[in-house]
Amino acid sequence: MSGRTLYDKLWDSHVVRDNGDGTALLYIDRHLVHEVTSPQAFEGLRLAGRRPWRPQANLATPDHNVPTTRRAEGISDPVSRLQVETLDANCREFGITEFTMDDPRQGIVHVIGPEEGFTLPGMTIVCGDSHTSTHGAFGALAFGIGTSEVEHVLATQCLVQKKSRAMRVTVAGHVGPGVTAKDIVLAIIGEIGTAGGTGYAIEFAGEAIQALSMEGRMTVCNMAIEAGARAGFIAVDDVTIDYVRGRPYAPTGELWERAVAAWRELHSDPDAVFDREVRLEAAAIEPQVTWGTSPEMVVPVSGRVPDPAQEPDPVKREGMEAALRYMALEPGTPVTDIRLDKVFIGSCTNSRIEDLRAAAQVVRGRRVADNIRLAMVVPGSGLVKRQAEAEGLDAVFREAGFEWREPGCSMCLAMNADRLEPGERCASTSNRNFEGRQGAGGRTHLVSPAMAAAAAVAGHFVDVREFGR
Amino acid sequence: MEKFRTFTGIVAPLDRPNVDTDAIIPKQFLKSIRRTGFGPNLFDQWRYLDEGQPGQDHSRRPLNPDFVLNQPRYRDAQILLARENFGCGSSREHAVWALADYGFKVIIAPSFADIFYNNCFKNGLLPIVLDADTVDRLFHAVAAREGYALTVDLAAQTLTTPDGEVIPFEIDAFRKHRLLEGLDDIALTLQHAGEIRAYEERRRREAPWLFAPVGK
Ligand code: SF4
Repeated sequence: MSGRTLYDKLWDSHVVRDNGDGTALLYIDRHLVHEVTSPQAFEGLRLAGRRPWRPQANLATPDHNVPTTRRAEGISDPVSRLQVETLDANCREFGITEFTMDDPRQGIVHVIGPEEGFTLPGMTIVCGDSHTSTHGAFGALAFGIGTSEVEHVLATQCLVQKKSRAMRVTVAGHVGPGVTAKDIVLAIIGEIGTAGGTGYAIEFAGEAIQALSMEGRMTVCNMAIEAGARAGFIAVDDVTIDYVRGRPYAPTGELWERAVAAWRELHSDPDAVFDREVRLEAAAIEPQVTWGTSPEMVVPVSGRVPDPAQEPDPVKREGMEAALRYMALEPGTPVTDIRLDKVFIGSCTNSRIEDLRAAAQVVRGRRVADNIRLAMVVPGSGLVKRQAEAEGLDAVFREAGFEWREPGCSMCLAMNADRLEPGERCASTSNRNFEGRQGAGGRTHLVSPAMAAAAAVAGHFVDVREFGR
Repeated sequence: MEKFRTFTGIVAPLDRPNVDTDAIIPKQFLKSIRRTGFGPNLFDQWRYLDEGQPGQDHSRRPLNPDFVLNQPRYRDAQILLARENFGCGSSREHAVWALADYGFKVIIAPSFADIFYNNCFKNGLLPIVLDADTVDRLFHAVAAREGYALTVDLAAQTLTTPDGEVIPFEIDAFRKHRLLEGLDDIALTLQHAGEIRAYEERRRREAPWLFAPVGK
């Protein structure tokens, strides 16, 4: 018999019962809750007279609708305000811990889970949000769920699930300077496509992945869903364990020792067999920039906007033409000629302290270009913000002409007041460049924090590897 | 979920194919934080003459007198008779919530969109597929007689017309059982509560750190 994959280990250890029909009842260790996908689930509980199975397995925070300015004045949009107030009331009623809007620990669910040690290796973690895959960076099985499933987890601490197939994406060797986790994952998506991971759980492996910090690993796993996979994860190693040590909800003392011993097993066995293997050479990966309306529409910064006329597949060609029309780009344009109106550094993909440090390093002592109407930094959580301020990063950004905001999802999906105007072009460190994602008619280019920062200074995309210093 | 019991209900005919979920509940109502309360906005753009917004007093809005549900004879309908591909479009569960909230218990059509069909069972609504000829016959019968009602017996898998004609229908055994017993997915999982607890006890011994409470 061949060895087991990390996915097998995570799956097997959480099966409560095999239903015998291809599905299993899977135990869920942790559940993150936010204001948008939870209200009907709580109401469902109330109508059925049910209570949460294990209230202390849940952690809630408002993130999608919260304002990033003048927080003390509250939320002006009544619909957004009601969603947030409803979350507060539900958490009180059902005994669920919530970091409310004015709590210093409030932030994007996928930033605060790891930060608090709520996310631990070997766990199953779910949230009514597709980017829950982020938590897979800890050697955990983490995936997004719908509202009915949110209610199901609250009521039973379980989900009925069908096992996915296993894929391993190996990024061999080491990336060059200026190439980040974001560039790696964009290159992977460019390689396998946005449906390439459909039906699979992806394990990211290889030296280039192991060389990443936890922040970088979270960036990679965050975008597994953009490759079509509901879950993405990375084996546990010293980097994982060092990150978790001392977090507020992490185990301590003797329990810590036991936990670490168990976590050391969280990797695929050497002889494990995967249903699909993909391999990329890290050295070939350049800083990436998306040019279209899907994350797979991506090219290296040294490249040009592609020409649909060169695409033999008629369906793909039409998709490219439509994307170019929406993005108002001409085929053959060098990426570095694309001029920008706004720059957004934030989102659950790239709003952690390391992301902000990388961006600050680029802008230090420089100024945002005149053609940039708004450049903003939105830290992923209150604690990230506080840390950045302690390091003086806020001053670096402010002096360069960036706005320094309060934590939340912000312009990643424009559910609060932060959004692109029709036709505006934005360099964004978020994860989705769909039509209208950052505001109706808005045009999004996905890049790394360093690339976004360099673009803010230059007013157009530049290769961060050749940028000053 | 309530158990699905045998009942006799007035039939309302909605005579158009491909009724999509956006027609069943328009998108401006999806911002709601509730699962109930969608009934007044069921078929909003067909039912009212003005454009509906969340939070309005719907009782004061001008009704479209031509829309079938606004006709007095169908006011208390519990069975919706529809044409093919009912419920196509987005996956929004709100469409089913709106039909159920309005008071429908059964929808009869020659075919349903897949996701909508599945969503019905999660919310105690019974979608019945009958062949197109039978559906057509029912449309004529409903139009011909005011107060036309069908008796739905899920256990026997039959509809009975006012004339005593018995029309059988198909449904898979697993779904039928769930509706008859009033079991939702959660109730089904809770039937295994003992196994969940046993799992928890075992894991608590093996890996106690997984159960550390999340405190303030
Ligand atoms: S930051 Fe963006 S992608 Fe992440 S949870 Fe918020 S809205 Fe979703």
